[in-house]
Amino acid sequence: MDKAAAVVDLTNVMSKFTSYIGKRLPTDVTEKLGELREQEVNFLAKEVYESMRQNQEAADKLDRPSCQDTGVIQYFLQAGSNFPLLGELEGILEGATLGATKEGPLRHNAVETFVEKNTGTNTGSKIPWLDWEIVPGSDSVTIDVYMAGGGCTLPGAAKVLMPGQGYEGVAEFVFDVITSRGVNACPPLLVGVGVSTSAETAARLSKKAILRTVGSRHPNDNAALMEELLTEGLNELGLGPQGLTGNNSVMGVNIESSARHPSTIGVAVSTGCWAHRRGKIRINADLSYEVISHKGFKL
Amino acid sequence: MKKILTTPIKDEDLESLNIGDVVYLSGTLVTCRDVAHRRLIELGRELPVNLEGGAIFHAGPIVRQKENGEYEMVSIGPTTSMRMEKFEKEFIQRTGVKLIVGKGGMGPETQEGCKENKAVHAIFPGGCAVLAATQVEKIEAAEWTDLGMPETLWVNRVKEFGPLIISIDTKGKNLIEENKAVFNEKKKPILERINQQVRFIK
Repeated sequence: MDKAAAVVDLTNVMSKFTSYIGKRLPTDVTEKLGELREQEVNFLAKEVYESMRQNQEAADKLDRPSCQDTGVIQYFLQAGSNFPLLGELEGILEGATLGATKEGPLRHNAVETFVEKNTGTNTGSKIPWLDWEIVPGSDSVTIDVYMAGGGCTLPGAAKVLMPGQGYEGVAEFVFDVITSRGVNACPPLLVGVGVSTSAETAARLSKKAILRTVGSRHPNDNAALMEELLTEGLNELGLGPQGLTGNNSVMGVNIESSARHPSTIGVAVSTGCWAHRRGKIRINADLSYEVISHKGFKL
Repeated sequence: MKKILTTPIKDEDLESLNIGDVVYLSGTLVTCRDVAHRRLIELGRELPVNLEGGAIFHAGPIVRQKENGEYEMVSIGPTTSMRMEKFEKEFIQRTGVKLIVGKGGMGPETQEGCKENKAVHAIFPGGCAVLAATQVEKIEAAEWTDLGMPETLWVNRVKEFGPLIISIDTKGKNLIEENKAVFNEKKKPILERINQQVRFIK
């Protein structure tokens, strides 16, 4: 296959995949929501879970975006340094966003800042947003597509703590964000926490954290313990679906971390709503692909 | 039995409603969000739709234009109502709107506006946008289309649109604020317990 044809091919796959993840939730999220639904007893909580169920069924049947807010499209890449279309990926993903916007259809969500005009295409300056990691020697690329609505983007926050505040300060920050702003972000939430040096490093890690599957654990024992303590603790608050109270608040808490400067603890929180629309796909050098996030995916 | 409100909504239709009640709406529901609120309140522009006795929806839908020029509602769920808190009290006074549908809670200003003008705020379950779209019978008009798809005022004819969970009633009670007070009260002892187990800096 020549390069031009390969670019068209991959653009088509990524366009269809981007559109698809706006309509069907990833397998881990669907399973967790089913589990949480079973635990609810109060009338409003059950009413809301029933609406959620009907909605996902209708979205699948009618082939429509399950939530109207299809976000600003973000792609997180783990790209092999030997992937044959490495240099073409940026253009491919812009093309995929344009394609998905028409095919989905996706809502027009790119407002050019300062000009303050909606571009009407979901593309604009640095949009779709790309986050790169290069994997030396690999010839495949793994791409996480993420579609976050404004509602679950609004609680996002980062802060730099003094070491004296410790991990206790991290826990307090997480609780403050969730009780003040998480309520409006369509709980049950998937909470991502970044623990690092500065505002922007922690913020990036907090977003990477919600790309991990629900219930996955940090490799460090202390961090994994903290994930569990925060999950249990936030659930004890009992936000319930849509903040209408219930037996749970979150699908889980995932922490990502880096080594930090001895004088600072950067902490950030990103939240994913119950309709956590992300998808993971691995593309091989010959452009064959495997969808990791959604069981039973078909183009 | 389903409690159904029909536009135009009268004060007496709302007076018996309490926070936590579930209702449905039949009639006209107009999407109205950030920029439309700003244009009316801050820029003093007249709204192109009469909202007396009406219902608004804090929502920015996905709409598809069919080949015959008609619009089709694809996906329409609620957006975060709190963003409109800055404008809503005056908006209620100026327009005579009776039902505000959105997501999450609103604040003390809207509470006052609802109490003084006999209006209510209700929550449609967030993220349930295809369910909502199936309850839209027709898009009757589109105003201020210069604002782009999410911000256009889409005038929808709806049938038994809901569930709508009353979150601020005409008495000025506020469901989400009451819930938040409970969450905040619970927070302290939980954190004290967690904090004893996360003293990793030694």
